[in-house]
Amino acid sequence: MAAEKRLMKGNEAMGEAAVRAGCDAYFGYPITPQNELTAYMAKHMIDHKRVFIQAESEVSAINMVYGAAATGARAMTSSSSPGVSLKQEGISYACGADVPMVIVNVARSGPGLGGISPAQGDYFQSTRGGGHGDYHHIVLAPKSVQEAADLTFEAFDLADEWRMPAMILADGMIGQMMEGVTLPEAKDPATRKPKPWAVGNKGKRTELNHVDSTQLVPENFEKALHVRYARYDEIKKTVVRWEEQNLEDADLILSAYGTSARVCLGAMQMARKLGLKVGLLRPITLWPFPEQRFGALAGKRFLVVEMSMGQMVEDVRLYTHGKSEVSFYGRCGGMIPTEEDVLAEIRRILKK
Amino acid sequence: MELVYGHPKSLKPVQTKYCPGCGHGVIHRLITEVIDEMGMQEKSIILNPVGCSIWASLYFDFDSVQVPHGRTPAGATAVKRMLPDHLVICYQGDGDLAAIGTAEAVHAANRGEKFTTIFVNNAIYGMTGGQMAPTTLVGQKATTAPYGRDPVEAGMGYPIRVLEMLATLGGTKYLARGAVNNAANVRKTKQYIKKAFEAQMRGEGSSMVEILSQCPTNWAMDPVDSVGWVESAMMPFYALGEVKNELAGAGKEAGK
Repeated sequence: MAAEKRLMKGNEAMGEAAVRAGCDAYFGYPITPQNELTAYMAKHMIDHKRVFIQAESEVSAINMVYGAAATGARAMTSSSSPGVSLKQEGISYACGADVPMVIVNVARSGPGLGGISPAQGDYFQSTRGGGHGDYHHIVLAPKSVQEAADLTFEAFDLADEWRMPAMILADGMIGQMMEGVTLPEAKDPATRKPKPWAVGNKGKRTELNHVDSTQLVPENFEKALHVRYARYDEIKKTVVRWEEQNLEDADLILSAYGTSARVCLGAMQMARKLGLKVGLLRPITLWPFPEQRFGALAGKRFLVVEMSMGQMVEDVRLYTHGKSEVSFYGRCGGMIPTEEDVLAEIRRILKK
Repeated sequence: MELVYGHPKSLKPVQTKYCPGCGHGVIHRLITEVIDEMGMQEKSIILNPVGCSIWASLYFDFDSVQVPHGRTPAGATAVKRMLPDHLVICYQGDGDLAAIGTAEAVHAANRGEKFTTIFVNNAIYGMTGGQMAPTTLVGQKATTAPYGRDPVEAGMGYPIRVLEMLATLGGTKYLARGAVNNAANVRKTKQYIKKAFEAQMRGEGSSMVEILSQCPTNWAMDPVDSVGWVESAMMPFYALGEVKNELAGAGKEAGK
């Protein structure tokens, strides 16, 4: 599959990117607004003679991903908020057993069954380790169909490199809208990082492989968690990513991710036309969070915009160490802020 | 000199953590004897469940995957799909299979997933200390059924005959129930396991061997009484034998 440009829905673009990244197995369960992704995988995984299963539940799907990934395969699931809640048990086990996988959350509004419109209320769940125990996993937040495809493609490498789940935290807007997307050339399986820890195909290997998160000896478990957290420190240094614009002279820095960052980009441009010195800092990795970059900007004034009641805003406050005045503007329940809404908030804060 | 009996190669020569009189050790031995006879040690993978057999990876001398409680068939589904030339064993207790993991067990069976489930039915939760299991018999006492399982007044439900339930599904090809309470049943159970494993490697569909097993500790019985209780209390409800055999050549075999 050569590189090519297509007009695609975000859900389909993520599916195609996964196929090109060499996803060997996909397991999913229907839920809106990500159904096109599962349907895309159903067709294309079968066409490529790879594994596709429509599981009986999200719980089962994530454990199929775990089983497939335990054999060293590149495995993936996708869902939307309530379904991702169900997957949290499996994600905790995957983090506990250091099993790489890719999880796409085309988020919708919650809590509960909530609605099917785009929302960003899953930030806490995604970045804090949404299941039980001490862990994190990589979280990537695309703002466009192109970036959704790019990050999905890359997520397989990141997951393998760091032996942990990599989650794409998109939302219903990213999943449902159509945009032009340049698709990468299919990855050569020979370039994959070897997985000597995987089960099966023992061959000449002398040690047995056990994919396991059990550790009943507290002293040993504490040591193992310290080792894993040392790896987290490495990830924080090397994987962290963000986009920034117009920060040098900014009187106010807008901070947002995904769809709301895209709205902020428009609001920033409108503000600049009015002569207001507004910048934008968009985390692309939500975990690891760009802690250092926010820390370096401590003292600057921030406006955090989210499609939630305010979740990432807590990280912005945390990593600006109480030195910044941090305002929040949020829409929730499936509502999307407009550029005009954000501009009005900018003008209110800057009193202009 | 011909070696006629010895420790299975696929079973590590270690002491298990199982209680005296527990059936798991015998079942582990039967599984590994069959694996050795089939020459499959290098290509076997066990999915060990949450429960007493969480320790399986300490005893089996081949690779293992440990999954969340009840998700064993989901994990086994994917392991077998990715490694179809491997012998994949889904080892489950009654709580794992017939309570928390019922959906996974039913749907994997219905899809005809080509792994073998070894279902250890001892009518009680062992690891957590004697709670009522989905297979606990009516009237049987458990820490969570202190006056005995009462399906009517207390609404505790009825014991589930898993194989008979799964037999209605198109994906299941071989379902047999054995026991490890005496030598004759142990030998018969080994034959069931071998049939199931061989069917798996021929790619014939879903196979499960349920094994009635004793849990002296949580039944509060001595080991001798326990093996007697399997016979006197369990077998009248959980009849031994092949519940379903739709394997290729099954008819021929019956005609022998």
